Amino acid sequence: MKPIKILAGAAMAFGLATTAIAEDKTKVGFVYVGPVGDGGWTYEHDQARKAVEAEFGDKVETVYVESVAEGPDAERVITDMALKGADLIFTTSFGYMDQTINVAKKFPDVKFEHATGYKTAENVSVYSARFYEGRAVQGTIAGRMTKSNIVGYIGSYPIPEVIRGMNSAYIHARKVNPDVQFKIVWAFTWFDPAKEADAAKVLIEQGADVILQHTDSTAPQAAAQAAGDVITFGQASDMAEYAPKPRVSSIIDNWAPYYIERTRAVMDGSWASSNRWDGIGAGMVGIGEISDAVPAEIKDEALALKAAIADGSYHPFTGPLKKQDGSDWLAEGETADDGTLAGMNFFVEGIEGDIPQ
Amino acid sequence: MDLTAINPVLLIASLMVAATPILLAAVGELVVEKAGVLNLGVEGMMITGAICGFSIAVETGSPLLGFVAAAVGGAVLSLLFVLLTQVALANQVASGLALTLFGLGLSALMGQGYVGIKPPPMSRLDIPVLSDLPAVGPILFSHDIVLYFGIALVAAVWWMLKYSRVGLVLRAVGENHDAAHALGYKVIRIRIAAILFGGACAGLGGAYISLIRVPQWTEGMTAGVGWIALALVVFASWKPWRVLLGAYLFGGITVLQLNLQAAGVAIPVEYLAMSPYLVTILVLVILSADKSSAPASLGRIFHASH
Repeated sequence: MKPIKILAGAAMAFGLATTAIAEDKTKVGFVYVGPVGDGGWTYEHDQARKAVEAEFGDKVETVYVESVAEGPDAERVITDMALKGADLIFTTSFGYMDQTINVAKKFPDVKFEHATGYKTAENVSVYSARFYEGRAVQGTIAGRMTKSNIVGYIGSYPIPEVIRGMNSAYIHARKVNPDVQFKIVWAFTWFDPAKEADAAKVLIEQGADVILQHTDSTAPQAAAQAAGDVITFGQASDMAEYAPKPRVSSIIDNWAPYYIERTRAVMDGSWASSNRWDGIGAGMVGIGEISDAVPAEIKDEALALKAAIADGSYHPFTGPLKKQDGSDWLAEGETADDGTLAGMNFFVEGIEGDIPQ
Repeated sequence: MDLTAINPVLLIASLMVAATPILLAAVGELVVEKAGVLNLGVEGMMITGAICGFSIAVETGSPLLGFVAAAVGGAVLSLLFVLLTQVALANQVASGLALTLFGLGLSALMGQGYVGIKPPPMSRLDIPVLSDLPAVGPILFSHDIVLYFGIALVAAVWWMLKYSRVGLVLRAVGENHDAAHALGYKVIRIRIAAILFGGACAGLGGAYISLIRVPQWTEGMTAGVGWIALALVVFASWKPWRVLLGAYLFGGITVLQLNLQAAGVAIPVEYLAMSPYLVTILVLVILSADKSSAPASLGRIFHASH
C-alpha cells in the first residue's frame, strides 16, 4: 500500500471513530432570549444548562445561542441546531412557540421542549413554572410594605404568563391592604435595561414605593436604590446583590432538576411529550430570602402563605373573584383550573387599565 | 386616568437624562459624517465605551475616570475602523457593521466579571440656592456634569464646524476630498481624527448608560441606541442643534409614554410604545426638507492617486 493510501485509510478510520464517539453523546441545545449575563431569566436557564453538563459529564454536549429575537428569526436558529445534530432542544421563551412547532414538524426525531407555551406535538413538550405562586407571596409583602398605597408593576408583553402574575400579586396585595392600587407600565421587551430603568423611575415619580417587575434585568433595582425609600423583588434569579434593600425578596426559577430529568429521558429513550407545570411545592419556583428590611410579622405572614401554597392547602386563585368588568369568575371557595390560568387574558376586578390587545 | 400624577418638572429632568446617550453618540457621528465618512459602528463603540467606563469606574472608584476610559475605549475601537477604511480602503458600510458586531462581542467578553456589580455613584451638581429653585432647579441645576458636557459639546461642534478654520477644512474634506487633497489638506489624517472623535463621543454615550442612566453592566445594554443616533444625524440634516432637538424629542417621548402608561391614559399601549420613533421621524422629516447639507463625499473612499 502506498503511504498516501495508508494515511487516507487512517484518516478515515479516525474520522469514523470520532463520529462513533460523537453519536454516543447526547447533544442538548438551548435557545435563549437574552444574554446569559442578564442576571435574571436567561442566566437561570444557563445555570440549569451547566447543571446538565455537571450531571452527565462526557455523555452530554450542550450548545446554546443567546439573545435570539422572538419571532421568525428564532426558526432559523432552532433549525440550525437541529441540523447540527441536537437530540433535545430547549427553547426558553414564550415568543418561540410557533417557531418551535414549525421546526419540530421538520425534525420528527429531535425532541423539543418549549418554556411557557401551550402548543404541544408528538415531539414537543411544554414546561413552565407556577410563578404566580411566588407572586402571591410578593403581593402580600408589597401590600403590607407600601406606605403610598401605590405599587408599580413593569410588565413585558401582555401574554397570559405576565397577566397571571399581575392578577396574583394584585389579589394578595389587596387582601392585606384594601387601599392598594397598581400602576402598570408595559415595556414591550424582556430585556432592555435603559427602558426598564426609565419605567421604574417613572413609576417612582408617580408615587410608587414598591416596584414589581416582569422583565429580566436588574435595572429596576438600581433605579429603586437611587430613589431611596423604594422596595423591589428579584425576578427569575435572586438578585441578592441588591439585598437587603431595595430587593427584599425574590422569585427564583430553578430549572436544573427538570432539565436533568428530561435529558436523562432522551438518553434512555423514555422521553414522551408532556406538559409540566410545577410550582413552589416541587421546587421549580423558589422564594429568595426575605430580607431584614421587612418587619418580622410581615415576613412570617409571607412565609406562612408560601408554606400553604407549597403543601397544596391554598391556591392563589381561590374565589370569590370577579373579572375586571364586574362579571363573576370564581365562586366562593372555587379554585381556578389550569386551562383558564394558562390562557389568562383578563384582569381581576380592581386593577385599572386595559390589557394591550 | 390621572394626568395630575405626571410631574412636568420631573418629566423634563428625566427626558434630559434619557436623551444624553443618544445626543453624545449622535454629535460624534455628525462630525465623522461631516468629514465624509459613514461609520455604522456607533452601537459597537457605545457598548465598548459602556464596559470600559464601567470597569474603570468600578476599579478606581471614580466615575469621572470611567468616562475618560470610555472615551478612550470608544476611540481605540474606532481605530479598527480607521485601519479598515482609511488604510486598507475597505467598504465603509460593511466595516461599520462589522465594528458593531465586534464591539458587542468584545464588550460581552470584557464584561464577564462585572455582572451584578454596582458602580460608584456619579455626584450631581448641587448648587446651594439654584438647585432648590422650584421647577427651574431640578431641570437646569441638578444633573450630573456629563449631561451639561453633552450640551456644551453640541455648542462647541456647531461653532467649530461653522466658524473655525478646522471646521472649514473638515467640511471641505467631506464635501469634495479630491479638491481638498489638491489644496494640500491631509484628507486621510483629518478623517482619522474625525473618526477617533466620533469613537470617543460614542464611548461617552455608552458609559452614560452604564454609569448614570441604568447604572449597572449587562450585556447588550445599549439596546439599539447607537442605531437611533445614526438615524438622528441623517434626519437632523447634519446640523448640531437639530441633533440636540431630535435627541430631546426622542428621549422626551420615550419618558412621556411611560408616564402616560403609568397614569393610565386610555391610548393603546402599542401606539405609545412606537410614538418616540414615529414623532421623531415625523418632525425630523419635516426639518430635513431643507436639503442643504449632506456631505457630498459621504461614504466614498478616498485614495490619493485619483
